[in-house]
Amino acid sequence: MMEKMIFGRYLPMESFVHRMDPRAKLVVITLFIGVIFLANNLLTYGILVLFTFASIFASKIPIKFLLNGLSFLFWIILFTFFLHIFFTREGDVIFTFGWIKIYEHGLQQAIFISLRFFLLVLITSLLTLTTSPIDITDGMESLLNPLKKLRFPVHELALMMSIALRFIPTLMDETDKILKAQMARGVNFSEGSLKKRAQSVVPLLIPLFISAFKRAEELAIAMEARGYRGGEGRTKYRLLKWKGMDTLAALLVILLGGLLYVFRS
Amino acid sequence: MEITTKNLAYTYQANTPFEHRAIYDINVSIASNSYTAIIGHTGSGKSTLLQHLNGLLQPTAGEIQIGDTIISSEKKQKKLREIRRRVGIVFQFPEHQLFEETVEKDICFGPMNFGVPMEEAKKKAKEVILQVGLSEDILEKSPFDLSGGQMRRVAIAGVLAMNPNVLVLDEPTAGLDPRGRTEIMTMFDKLRKEQGISIVLVTHSMEDASLYADHIIVMHKGTVYKQGTPHDIFSNPKELIDLGLDVPETVRFQLKLEEKIGKRIADPSLSLQDLVKNIQHFFERGNGL
Repeated sequence: MMEKMIFGRYLPMESFVHRMDPRAKLVVITLFIGVIFLANNLLTYGILVLFTFASIFASKIPIKFLLNGLSFLFWIILFTFFLHIFFTREGDVIFTFGWIKIYEHGLQQAIFISLRFFLLVLITSLLTLTTSPIDITDGMESLLNPLKKLRFPVHELALMMSIALRFIPTLMDETDKILKAQMARGVNFSEGSLKKRAQSVVPLLIPLFISAFKRAEELAIAMEARGYRGGEGRTKYRLLKWKGMDTLAALLVILLGGLLYVFRS
Repeated sequence: MEITTKNLAYTYQANTPFEHRAIYDINVSIASNSYTAIIGHTGSGKSTLLQHLNGLLQPTAGEIQIGDTIISSEKKQKKLREIRRRVGIVFQFPEHQLFEETVEKDICFGPMNFGVPMEEAKKKAKEVILQVGLSEDILEKSPFDLSGGQMRRVAIAGVLAMNPNVLVLDEPTAGLDPRGRTEIMTMFDKLRKEQGISIVLVTHSMEDASLYADHIIVMHKGTVYKQGTPHDIFSNPKELIDLGLDVPETVRFQLKLEEKIGKRIADPSLSLQDLVKNIQHFFERGNGL
């Protein structure tokens, strides 16, 4: 079950999106997150969906794989959906069942907000799927560089991020291993009452925490042993290169924003 | 309890870009009260095969029969509980699975999951802690205060406490000192002889495989390359060396000696005593240099 997770995973492939400068991808996504809030009617949401799926297509990531990997989000999206459908009380009542009343605006909101959430996750997953963690952090560090003047610890932040991203798959594997070891000792993670299931997580979490702390300690020692002493005066082996297509991508999102601004009601 | 596989295959993350065929066409059988060693490179599919032995993984093709239960690729399995109790798996670095406050509680965890009452589980804990070569007073300690070797033994005791008929061991001696290795390996041998537990050992140590096992399965690139008695397997040591695998020290020594003197001494010797005897015989027969 762990192996299906794609959250934070990098899928090395050859595509337009993979080749983009990580800074460009970060800029595009930040803009997209802003732009997505402009949408408020069928046409504008349509344009957003089109843009998102065009990006997925350009990245050559199989859509089925992407959707499968995000299936765990389904429940959260469903929750959002019902939250809006029951608690928005504007517009005409379109459906009544006992005390449940569903309003026109409620339905609309529920669909739009869930869709917005879904698109956000899709686009951000696309970032981690097409960019290696190290590229993401390099891009992040480079974009945040001006903040150094304000004494903001940019390098440390980037390092923390890259370590966190780097260890997601490792911890997943670790979880899988411990899960199996405890299953071999008779733990049933998928059956029993809610209380029992909650208890069955203990034999999983404790070993996981212990190994995570151990790993962190070993990593720190290994870094110090190799002379790591922070970002001061550190040069880079990988240099980021902003190309024409990166400008193009950024312009595309700005265009998207413009379109939404024009067509929103 | 007998375990038999028929064309067993498993593919990780099927139908995704990460798809990876780990094992295929596996036809092996593990007899009751036998000692089977599985050898092969890292990535040859040993660990994947091992996880089928108690139904942790469901084959993506073919089937495996464990006792009376058949697990195939088709239907969802229900009766896995009893299988998990009867086939105990000790994973690589089993000390990573310890989590309870005391050693006793951790050892009782397995049996109690299978419905053994607390009192009985505690009695069992006392029994198995001695079996793995630790003393009873360790039961009250926290598993995290123990040394690496002790933790390993406690983890093994935790699996033994489930009273398995088959004990599956994934490199149980990895990272232990030479003395700890011998002690643990002798312990497994004793378990089999005294309690009739079948042992399945995944190992990189050809010495262990040749000394203890009566059946060896050689895995190569996801399938069974060869299987048979240690004698069969090591009778052609060059073949294994070409595969990039090691052969027992004694076999290697004899091979080098034979190359040096240009004559064949005897069939490959699997133990030090055999080697000495064979060389002695050889020279006594008048094969002087």
